[in-house]
Amino acid sequence: MTTIFSARKIITMNPSRPQATHVAVRDGRILGAGTLKELAGWGDYTLDETFKDKVIMPGLVEGHSHAMEGTLWKYTYVGFFDRMDPHGKIWTGAKDIDAVIDRLVEADAQIEQDDAPLPAWSLDPIYFNNERVTREDLDRVSTTRPIGIMHASGHILNVNSKALEIAGLLKTGINNPGVPLGKDGLPTGELKGPDVMTPVGIHVGFDRDMLACDEQGLIDFAKLCVRSGVTTATDLAARLPDEAVNMMLEVTAHKTYPARIVPLRFHHGVTPDELIAHAEKLKTQSTDRLRLGMIKVVVDGSIQGFSARLRWPGYYNGAPNGLWYISPEHLQHVINASLEKGLHIHTHTNGDEATELVLDCMEEGLLQHPAPDHRFTLQHCQLADSAQFRRMAKLGMCVNLFANHHFYWGDEHYNLTVGPERATRMNACATALKNGVPMAIHSDAPITPLGPLFTAWCAVNRLTSSGRTQGEYEKIELSEALYAITLGAAYTLKLDGEIGSIETGKRADFAILEDDPEQVDPSKLKDVKVWGTVQDGRIFPAANL
Amino acid sequence: MSTKPKTPLTVIGGYLGSGKTTLVNHLLRNADGKRLAILVNEFGELQIDADLIEAQDDDVISLAGGCVCCSYGNDLIMAMMDMSKMGPCPDHIILEASGVALPAAIAGSVSLLNDFAVDGIVVLADAETIRNRYNDKYMGDTVSRQLSDADMVLLNKTDLVSTEDCQTIHAWLSDVTSQTPIIETSRCAIPAAVLLQDFGRSDIAPATQDAHQTNNFQTTLRVPDGPVDPNDYAIQLLKEIPGLVRAKGFVTSTDGSSKTIQLVGQRIEITPAPADATTGVVTISVCQASSKPDGE
Ligand SMILES: [Zn+2]
Repeated sequence: MTTIFSARKIITMNPSRPQATHVAVRDGRILGAGTLKELAGWGDYTLDETFKDKVIMPGLVEGHSHAMEGTLWKYTYVGFFDRMDPHGKIWTGAKDIDAVIDRLVEADAQIEQDDAPLPAWSLDPIYFNNERVTREDLDRVSTTRPIGIMHASGHILNVNSKALEIAGLLKTGINNPGVPLGKDGLPTGELKGPDVMTPVGIHVGFDRDMLACDEQGLIDFAKLCVRSGVTTATDLAARLPDEAVNMMLEVTAHKTYPARIVPLRFHHGVTPDELIAHAEKLKTQSTDRLRLGMIKVVVDGSIQGFSARLRWPGYYNGAPNGLWYISPEHLQHVINASLEKGLHIHTHTNGDEATELVLDCMEEGLLQHPAPDHRFTLQHCQLADSAQFRRMAKLGMCVNLFANHHFYWGDEHYNLTVGPERATRMNACATALKNGVPMAIHSDAPITPLGPLFTAWCAVNRLTSSGRTQGEYEKIELSEALYAITLGAAYTLKLDGEIGSIETGKRADFAILEDDPEQVDPSKLKDVKVWGTVQDGRIFPAANL
Repeated sequence: MSTKPKTPLTVIGGYLGSGKTTLVNHLLRNADGKRLAILVNEFGELQIDADLIEAQDDDVISLAGGCVCCSYGNDLIMAMMDMSKMGPCPDHIILEASGVALPAAIAGSVSLLNDFAVDGIVVLADAETIRNRYNDKYMGDTVSRQLSDADMVLLNKTDLVSTEDCQTIHAWLSDVTSQTPIIETSRCAIPAAVLLQDFGRSDIAPATQDAHQTNNFQTTLRVPDGPVDPNDYAIQLLKEIPGLVRAKGFVTSTDGSSKTIQLVGQRIEITPAPADATTGVVTISVCQASSKPDGE
């Protein structure tokens, strides 16, 4: 059975044949892209003209996302920016505290039980001139049910008085930097950092393991993939116990599941040797739509949470240096063992000191276990300087830069966290490419919304949310950005031989677009409309999800 | 709000290889009848001596004198909340912080939970490596923050360095930790009662902090040669050790029974000691910065 799809234009990302009008698909794979006449040579076919006025791109690849984005939509969205949920509904951004309260009052009215919790997410007071939300604000919504709002960064939780009361924290005398107090000596309701958030979080409806994605969440996550043109997405850090793996295997095997998921095993909670053994076992359980066996190692924290490890001179506002989440000894051990056993690691480093440690460990590890094509990838790697990019290139490393961060928090980094010069070089896409480091760019959904075309727009324009261009010289070309969200990301996952371009032998994974990203003004790239996707030759219109 | 008495908890910190595993095993063997619950970061890191283990399932290792619980690698606070639901309540919880963790941050989080009271933070330093760690390009500030978080530092593995080196290291450590008591140990041999004492974290008044700034503490371990009268022995300690502020430990009484001595300021308390108490009294005294404790 051969189907030939016609299109207004096919952007193949195949350097030998960058454009085509038709693509032939058989058994979920691409026979070839070219003219109808060329493809007719493959024998009998059905001509499918569904996409005749659409633009086809290779299915987009999100190299750093978390499937929990699907799960979070169970909670009330109160973010500043408009955002689409898995069902395609656009939630308008809440532009001030009153709008947040209004949204919560609506949600409150829909819950029958008076004492049931009301969880919400994606608050970001930096857009409210840093005016903090207090428990009194949230008490306007309810004094009988516990209410909690997770911040967009994931590092702060705001709760109402009831939630504090249930957790036993509505009292004076608390002495903890994560619990700011009001004039009355009682907590203001803002809780900073995971250890402070957890004891109250469970009372406001945030589940035990925020990073874990349940069955419905995984299904909803794939819907978001279809709506953003993504056919392969990572779930970049999960503990992956057997129950979770079985659930994911079952869900992704369903004949209508529209995405390929690549979950990485998180290093926490087990010893380095257990981690390696688990990854080896997971590798054997891998299927086409659930690619298992990769490892994620988190080395430091986040820049806006002041927990990233920075080299001298540290934080612009004088905050003490951040936290290590793994010791150099353990990191070295995991790297060495992975190189030896052919396992594939992605490391989370935000600060440049954390990046430096990974580079040092890689240098050492590669001397002991030379691996010509390891493609270990530095994720986020937001503050790397050009010397570090040169080392990455020498060490055969890839990088996946957090281009979206620039838009959402670029102003804050400029003014507060790292200061003007380093804010300007953050997520230095142009420097990475100039030095020959294979590069992807990402959303880190749910921290920022899943949407590679938006991510590409961020890397091309480098605008902050206040409208300032930050880092003129680190802008990349449109073609480079489109490469980064297809083949670039596929390369970091060692999947570039299977996906990322439209050419003979590859998976029939397409993003179906209403507009031509090569023709739109680069400042409009984020507005390119997605019709849906084709994944393994199966058609998924966003409108029918 | 819960009216249940709070379970005392001690955070054990220190970099990799400083002897936390040895310490935990030592405590389990010398718990003085206390039922201990040990909360560890990762099971595999902590090799519990096989003969101590009664049973083991996914998250809990049951021991003769208590249990070792939950790898909290994923979420410490969650593990703590699980523990507070688990019965029977342990007499004391020992929370083993990971090698890169900042123990005071952990203590700060735990103290938000109403079921627990943080008695103290004890940080281990490996006599052989502590100075290199302290100066390490990547880990130096973490190690330094760990030491400054401590209510008491165990300078461990002293048997692996010469007496001279030990003195130098001790002096250096006194310098970098200023007022924190330092106890020298080899293989973490220290009475549980000393390690698990309440350092009064919640009731340190600013006035005593002034004293801390101008003075240094010295900590010694005194082991009487034979049976003593506990009250006389305590008075003798007060006479012999200028600036003695606190003493705690066990002695064998002249009647053959084992007694606990507790001394705070001028107040002396003698009570029957738990079974299997190890003889020895740890003293903490205010002294001149430069002098070195008599050793063990
Ligand atoms: Zn992430």
